[in-house]
Amino acid sequence: MSGSGEPFDAWLAELESEAIEILREGVAVAARPVMLYSIGKDSSVLLRLARKAFWPGPPPFPLLHIDTTWKFREMISFRDRTASETGMELRVHTNEDGVRAGVTPFSHGSELYTDIMKTAALRQALDAGAHDVIFGGGRRDEEGSRAKERVFSPRSATHQWDPKTQRPEVWKLYNTRLQRGESLRVSPLSNWTEADVWRYIRAEEIPVVSLYYAAERPVVEREGRWIVVDDDRMPLRPGERPRLRRIRFRTLGCYPLTAAVESEAGTLDEIIAETLAADSSERQGRLIDHDGDGSMERKKREGYF
Amino acid sequence: MATAASTARLAVVLVDAQRGVVPQTARHMRISALFGVRSAVLAVNKMELVQWDRSVFEAIRVRFREIAHELGVSGVGAIPLSALTGDNLTRPAEDAPWHEGPTLLSHLEAFDPGESAPGESASGQPFRMAVQYVNRPSHHFRGYCGRVAAGTVAVGDAVRVWPAGTESRVESIAFGEGFRDRARRGDSVTLTLAPEVDVVRGDLLAAADAPIEVSDQFRGRLVWMDGQPLAVGRSYVMKAHTREVDATVTRIRHRLDPLTGQELAAPTLRLNDLGTVNLAASRPLPFAPFEESRELGGFILIDRTTNATAAAGIIDHPLRRAANLEWQDFDVSKRVRARMKLQRPHCVWLTGLSASGKTTIANLLDRRLTSGGGHTYVLDGDNVRHGLCRDLGFTEADRVENIRRVAEVARLMVDAGLIVIVAFISPFRSERAFARSLFEPGEFTEVFVDASLEACSGRDPKGLYAKALRGEIANFTGVDSPYERPEDPDIRLDTERLTPEECVEMLAELLDRGGPASAGDG
Repeated sequence: MSGSGEPFDAWLAELESEAIEILREGVAVAARPVMLYSIGKDSSVLLRLARKAFWPGPPPFPLLHIDTTWKFREMISFRDRTASETGMELRVHTNEDGVRAGVTPFSHGSELYTDIMKTAALRQALDAGAHDVIFGGGRRDEEGSRAKERVFSPRSATHQWDPKTQRPEVWKLYNTRLQRGESLRVSPLSNWTEADVWRYIRAEEIPVVSLYYAAERPVVEREGRWIVVDDDRMPLRPGERPRLRRIRFRTLGCYPLTAAVESEAGTLDEIIAETLAADSSERQGRLIDHDGDGSMERKKREGYF
Repeated sequence: MATAASTARLAVVLVDAQRGVVPQTARHMRISALFGVRSAVLAVNKMELVQWDRSVFEAIRVRFREIAHELGVSGVGAIPLSALTGDNLTRPAEDAPWHEGPTLLSHLEAFDPGESAPGESASGQPFRMAVQYVNRPSHHFRGYCGRVAAGTVAVGDAVRVWPAGTESRVESIAFGEGFRDRARRGDSVTLTLAPEVDVVRGDLLAAADAPIEVSDQFRGRLVWMDGQPLAVGRSYVMKAHTREVDATVTRIRHRLDPLTGQELAAPTLRLNDLGTVNLAASRPLPFAPFEESRELGGFILIDRTTNATAAAGIIDHPLRRAANLEWQDFDVSKRVRARMKLQRPHCVWLTGLSASGKTTIANLLDRRLTSGGGHTYVLDGDNVRHGLCRDLGFTEADRVENIRRVAEVARLMVDAGLIVIVAFISPFRSERAFARSLFEPGEFTEVFVDASLEACSGRDPKGLYAKALRGEIANFTGVDSPYERPEDPDIRLDTERLTPEECVEMLAELLDRGGPASAGDG
């Protein structure tokens, strides 16, 4: 099963079988399932698991990417290549209202930008597809409000998340019943850690965007964070001049809102060693998580994944 | 807490040194044990506040041991510690030289879960797998997806499909993006069988020479998890492994006192209560007792109205009644009886407030159908309460039982080929959903006879509203007992705007068209 002969231990095998079980349970009860594909390492792992779960057929659902138009250029080419290799349908949705209104992370601030170009865009796309089961790559170790998230998390017809109506999940007995218009956000990677994801990528030889590997890239320093200047749309502040630094990303989002870390980790082994030694969450680098108190919990209530 | 216990191997029982073992400690130990956690370590915290007094620690340890022993849990350790300073948490406490054991952290790191949970012994168990999903990517491939719950399975093995009991052989085992020869407990696989037999989600595959138990009556133990208390006789959705059935708690044998373990009589179970109950399922359920398998012997109960997970439970054993009492299939079937009567057997269920017009409409519809040669019968609330349901009052539990009996009688009558018209207030959504669940798709029409409370109390032909408003009748629907309006009836008849004749015209037209187009599980 392991392509490279890397250690595929009992724990990874357990996580893999559990995730496949969750994917199949979701599809078994769904009328219109969909998988959110965000191009990052977690999405890459989820996609591999989905292919295994429904082999010899293709996964019986489309991929959905919410394109804010501010992703790293390399992510978009990686996305298109991956989709064509899997043979799955890729649906790309952009909030055109936001584009027309000229909403950018620079002009409107990260909070409003995220609301419009990510959260509202996701709601638009889910409504358009009338999706009742939505798979995503969220993990409990990412962030405080995700730690208490369920594997099958019900959302109201308006995509609201109510932490009080979350259902207890005992054994592997997932309560998947819905009222009309409601939906389930399903997270097969709930019990994985960042290190598990990287160990699985190594064992399965899963391709990931090269931004995860350390390399010299042009950056500016803002509020103590390294921001990569990915294209010429980014307005430089007075006195700012991009310089080359050896950096990599632990997590990938919109480039102006995703901070890099200084790193020498140029191989999977080095990334895994660095991850195991890290004492902060990967989402430390996501600027939107720090938009005020309980920021992620509020975004989730409004429909952010 | 219950969620964590259901997948844990070891419980850390945290006790405040100043407070000792409190009811919540005992309750959590009981829930852990119920859900299959067989090992527990005692962690007595805040030892610095009792000056690391050994006698305080020993007293708590004795009580912990007593409860653990009673629950069949091996108390694998007891550690005095201070979470504030980290003493005995991550490094040995200098203030407690009398404690020779490990710190909590090293204890957890050294713990060997081994085969400590039910059904986890790796060898010797026969193969079992619940079918989760049928994968049919093309007409060349029909695979049964699931996670092996017990034992091992190899290509060529003889298996049976439960509850049907049909036999076949494993033709191939897909695992990941390829095939392999065998799979074992914990693996998520896709099996193909030859010869082809009928298999659906919710069926159990088992080694052919080791049959699985199938029953529709169980003794089980529950942890109630919903703010809405358990109603005996109410229909809940019971989900066990991958199968959903309708189930009712027919009897609460007792509630457990969390501190003493004493068995107490109880009319209901409330949030966080533990109890032992009898359960009756609408369809046979293949299962294994929880002692043998966490995967095949655990279940949840789901409230039909709110979809909340109301309880988590375990199956102790089947009740014998079900084993001996089988539904008899007679040679003269419903179809035969229906053909003789030249009609489609059907249940027309009228729900609405008292005085909304149910009886009037039932009577007119009955006359119309019989004059056209139909074979019908009317079940009316008041009439049934004179006989079949004479022993029932108007509490919520009695109302639930009342509807259950009427729905079952209506089903028998439909089986006899009749068109049954039921005119009952039937105020609760979950009971109406239960009634619908007894019938085949398209055989049941829910009719909402709608009139406002003001209109009904204004009509008040029997003077009941007046009495209820004066407080002379308790539990009167619409006054001091709720009426849950149908959210999605097959037809709504507004008796404030339509005459009874117009209502019956609309209803008869719907029935002539063959009833509701599709019957959801509403």
